[in-house]
Amino acid sequence: MTTILPVRRRTRRRPALWALLLPFVVMFLLFFVAPIVYAIVQSTLATRSSGLGFGPPETTFVLLDNYVRALTDPAFVASLGRLLAFSGILVPLMVVTALGLALLLDTGRARAPRFFRVLAFAPYGVPGVIATLLWGFLYIPATSPVLQVLSAVGIDVVPLASGTVLFAIANIALWGFAGYNMVILLAALDAIPGELREAARMDGASMWSITWHIKLPLVRPSVILVTVFTIIGTLQLFVEPLVLQPLTTAISSTYTPNLAAYNQAFSQGNPNLAAAMAVIVAVLGFAFSFGFLRLVNRKGNRAW
Amino acid sequence: MVTVRRRQAPAVSTLAINGILVVAAVYFLLPLVWVLIAATKSPGDLFATFGLWFSDSPQAWSNLVGLFTQSGGIFSRWVVNSIVYSGLGALVATVISAACGYAIAKFVFPGREVLFSVILGGVLVPATVIALPLYFLLNGVGLTGTYWAVLLPSMVSPFGVYLARIHANASVPDEVVEAARLDGAGDLRIFASIATRMMSPALVTIFLFQFVTIWNNYLLPLVMLNDTRTFPVTLGLTLWNSQTQRDPMFYQLVVTGSAVSAVILVVLMIALQRFWRADLTSGASKG
Repeated sequence: MTTILPVRRRTRRRPALWALLLPFVVMFLLFFVAPIVYAIVQSTLATRSSGLGFGPPETTFVLLDNYVRALTDPAFVASLGRLLAFSGILVPLMVVTALGLALLLDTGRARAPRFFRVLAFAPYGVPGVIATLLWGFLYIPATSPVLQVLSAVGIDVVPLASGTVLFAIANIALWGFAGYNMVILLAALDAIPGELREAARMDGASMWSITWHIKLPLVRPSVILVTVFTIIGTLQLFVEPLVLQPLTTAISSTYTPNLAAYNQAFSQGNPNLAAAMAVIVAVLGFAFSFGFLRLVNRKGNRAW
Repeated sequence: MVTVRRRQAPAVSTLAINGILVVAAVYFLLPLVWVLIAATKSPGDLFATFGLWFSDSPQAWSNLVGLFTQSGGIFSRWVVNSIVYSGLGALVATVISAACGYAIAKFVFPGREVLFSVILGGVLVPATVIALPLYFLLNGVGLTGTYWAVLLPSMVSPFGVYLARIHANASVPDEVVEAARLDGAGDLRIFASIATRMMSPALVTIFLFQFVTIWNNYLLPLVMLNDTRTFPVTLGLTLWNSQTQRDPMFYQLVVTGSAVSAVILVVLMIALQRFWRADLTSGASKG
């Protein structure tokens, strides 16, 4: 649809085409596809030291043994459950916050909207590690002005207790990315033709019904994009629990699947099991993303 | 009647709208304001004074001096490393993904859609899944522990290809490419001197997106690097953070270091925000 170039020119253009395509394709194969293939292959192997530990260790093909081992390990299954719970908390929170703020700014009644936009976007530039270090200080009573003020008025909150720590982590992710997602959604709102809003207003539509019947349907593709990226983001959960770990006993070394895989690979010396765990996370990611896209594509127009 | 009603309703909702935005602004600012104030305190005052106000004896300068002289000035080295990883990685990523996206948009070749789908699938793979197996692969060829182990994987941005294709379709007219060909320009030259200019907003977006992604990436340098002199800022600060149990002085280093690196990035974000064409990333989903 986009380009119909004369076919007979094709041969002459081949070298240029290769020169444009190859650098990325080669890098993509080496640093993206190869690790995935390698992980899949490794996940079907097991290394056992032979005999009494003398001689080289043997590598054997065990097919799905590592997957069975991972999925029957209560700690790993618990980490998967935690990941689902985390997605369940963060994804709606993120989408509602980002969309809510974008719609508020889009009403045109906000004071200093540009300033707010820059301000909300700023945390995106703060690396997750540093954001976690900062929030870590704000989560312990000794350094947190927020907890101190709350405690002074009689409210004692313990963000890093086992029951609340998942919310504490979700808050760090929300802080970091809500503004970025808001900017994406604002751009989509900006693209709605002014005549459309004006016509609706002329017809006596209220602010609510303009939001509900005009703005929301038109920014739906961007909302879906934000949702999918947030889902993928939640599956990467690793840095925040790793950095918060020294501050609380509520975070174990297998708190998230990625943390479990990291520990299997580097502390427990079982890269094969680690590979299986990584593959499980990737499969989960695809299942989530495609499941969600199917769900939204089924109702009405295709978005992706 | 109508005008009166219209005027009253907005007054209340305008107040509510701005109220919510003020609360949100305080939320986004809170950790940044806290760290800037904390960076002026002594390690003792960090735990002994109220977090959102200055202590009686601010010592911002000596904290900064301490930060940049600790371990032979390693912090400035970490900052430079971060800039090299992010700048160089994002630059190469932008060039090669722009070329690839442009080729997919403007050339007809067998397997074009399959290639694009595979690359698009790459967007959905969590980065954490790649890092572990990549460590074992690069370890096999002796690259782990070097700058390359972080730089090379950072040069791959499937999302960049996606954006480049969408934008090449939208902003580089086929007629222009055809006319340049009739004038005898080679395809590489058309790409390098005509298409890249037309795609420049997309290229800036790809560059910034990848720059921030590399700057924020933690797991990749964590698994790849072991020499502290090759660390980016993020890894260096967590190294210091792990030593706070041993010596509380490191708290102040972590706080001041976080403040400095947050300021660097936030200033960069604010300065570049007008170049950041988020509408490209959003409109992209319609492609």
